[in-house]
Amino acid sequence: MVPVFFGVTLVAFGFIRVLPGDPVEVLAGERGVSPERHAELLAQLGFDKPLWQQYFSYIGDIFQGDLGTSLITNRPVVEEFFELFPATAELGLCAILFALIIGIPAGIIAAIKRGTWIDQGIMSISLTGYSMPIFWWGLLLIMLFSNTLNLTPVSGRLSFLFDVPPVTGFMLIDTLLSDEKGSFLNALHHLVLPSIVLGTIPLAVIARQTRSAMLEVLSEDYVRTARAKGLSTYRVVAIHALRNAMITVVTVIGLQVSLLLAGAILTETIFGWPGIGKWIIFSVFSRDYFAVQGGLLLIATSIMIVNLIVDLLYGFINPRILHQKSKS
Amino acid sequence: MSTTSNASTSIRVQQWQEFWFYFSASKTAVAGLIFLILVILMALFADVISPHGPAEQYREFAKLPPAWVEGGQLQFFLGTDYAGRDMLSRIIHGSRLSLLAGCVVVVLSMSIGVLLGLIAGYRGGWVETLIMRVMDTIMAVPGLLLALVLVAILGPGLLNAMVAIAITYTPSFVRLTRASTLSELNRDYVTASKVAGAGPARLMFISILPNCMAPIIVQGTLSFSTAILDTAALGFLGMGAQAPIPEWGTLIAENRDLIMSAPWTVTFPGIAILLAVLAINLVGDGLRDALDPKLKRS
Repeated sequence: MVPVFFGVTLVAFGFIRVLPGDPVEVLAGERGVSPERHAELLAQLGFDKPLWQQYFSYIGDIFQGDLGTSLITNRPVVEEFFELFPATAELGLCAILFALIIGIPAGIIAAIKRGTWIDQGIMSISLTGYSMPIFWWGLLLIMLFSNTLNLTPVSGRLSFLFDVPPVTGFMLIDTLLSDEKGSFLNALHHLVLPSIVLGTIPLAVIARQTRSAMLEVLSEDYVRTARAKGLSTYRVVAIHALRNAMITVVTVIGLQVSLLLAGAILTETIFGWPGIGKWIIFSVFSRDYFAVQGGLLLIATSIMIVNLIVDLLYGFINPRILHQKSKS
Repeated sequence: MSTTSNASTSIRVQQWQEFWFYFSASKTAVAGLIFLILVILMALFADVISPHGPAEQYREFAKLPPAWVEGGQLQFFLGTDYAGRDMLSRIIHGSRLSLLAGCVVVVLSMSIGVLLGLIAGYRGGWVETLIMRVMDTIMAVPGLLLALVLVAILGPGLLNAMVAIAITYTPSFVRLTRASTLSELNRDYVTASKVAGAGPARLMFISILPNCMAPIIVQGTLSFSTAILDTAALGFLGMGAQAPIPEWGTLIAENRDLIMSAPWTVTFPGIAILLAVLAINLVGDGLRDALDPKLKRS
């Protein structure tokens, strides 16, 4: 994890230096500056020093929690990131929840009904979901549910009619804490379509993985023993097989985090969701060098942390790993 | 000499027959393959098939609905966009770009990835550590985000988008090849060929590589479909092919504002992406089942 972290700092550091143009041009905007002033501003940002010196002062700043200041908003990048992070986290969690609630049962049913039309139907749908261009899927759902049926809002997290003070940054929690009536339902309404769009590919992956994990487990001896003892299908599947099949599924969920953040870039752009994805796209387009640099590092770090948590959870769910470790 | 070459061709024919036996067992995989061949033919003969030129504007027929909807015309079967360009022709021509993007990305990432993976697995030591750490770093950043940043460096455009996506796909090939190489390295046939005096290049490419190909081919097929999706996504975000190039993702982006007044201009390019990707994924699934010896007899 540590070498990878430094690898990412190198990428983020290199990014600004390789990019055509420089931060001062962005700061100056259309007006432009005189060459003297240009050099002066570059020196102010430390860009006149040798590269290795710049890199070490960059690393030094990172460990003091300073990832630079946005060229556009003039605010610390860390501050902006953590202000927007809850919105993305909320969206991502809801998407994963949606994927789990539908994907796991679908995978189990497909495994139990293996080879029947139910199995084939579920697998066809999930392969279609897996092949979905999600930006188009989002537009399609907006077209259907928001514009034609008027069921869901087109963009944003909450209607402007409500004034909910940010406490946790998670809109569902904040609206519950506030005394605005109906705001919780409104926030929920805003979350439905983006969560479905972002959750579509994870849903497909989880359904497929659950099915193959279940098939593998269902052919094990201990499941046959459980059946032979006369236990009901429900008990065999839900108590005996599912727990072991879940081990594979948890790993898969962990692998989804990175994909989820990539998906969030598209989903947030389509739904005007004020999160990290939309912010980083905006930063790339407005050539906000320091925001992209800091954003890259923070996103990569948060993925690493989530993966670490999944690894720890894995040991908790699969005691065999812990036993192996304590033996060796 | 001729007998050995005959024997090896007959073995190859036999391998193909065996492969086709398992592959054709899956009807969906065959259906995907047929559809994919149709799309490839469509891309190859785009100029012949498409009823109009992809950039030809018929101003008097702007925003015409598809032929089966009231007001539609048969000569513009899938309708026209805001400038009166025929959607069907644009989508047919777009298939060239999407398939090309898929091919370029897979060829680039696979050749670089396999080479680095072989070297990492064969050489070991600090070379391996260095290669794998670089790959870990690439994997630490979400693919689409890294591709976006790379395109920001290289400048927007279809070619740069393909290069950027290829870079983000390389690590999966490196990892796969390295793992297979490591498991093959100590087999008897490799030792035998080493004893017979084979050099490192011969060992890597002639002895080891052919035996690692099955998972690499499957990964290549799956990357082909995601490459089409990612190219379209970059095009949609304005970082890939630039309008008026009829790349499928760019088509969706340029017609996004027409979503209410002319929904067909957004719907059909998306269906094209979905069907092409679905077909490739079906083939990929079939390939995996046919090439994976573990699943063969189950």
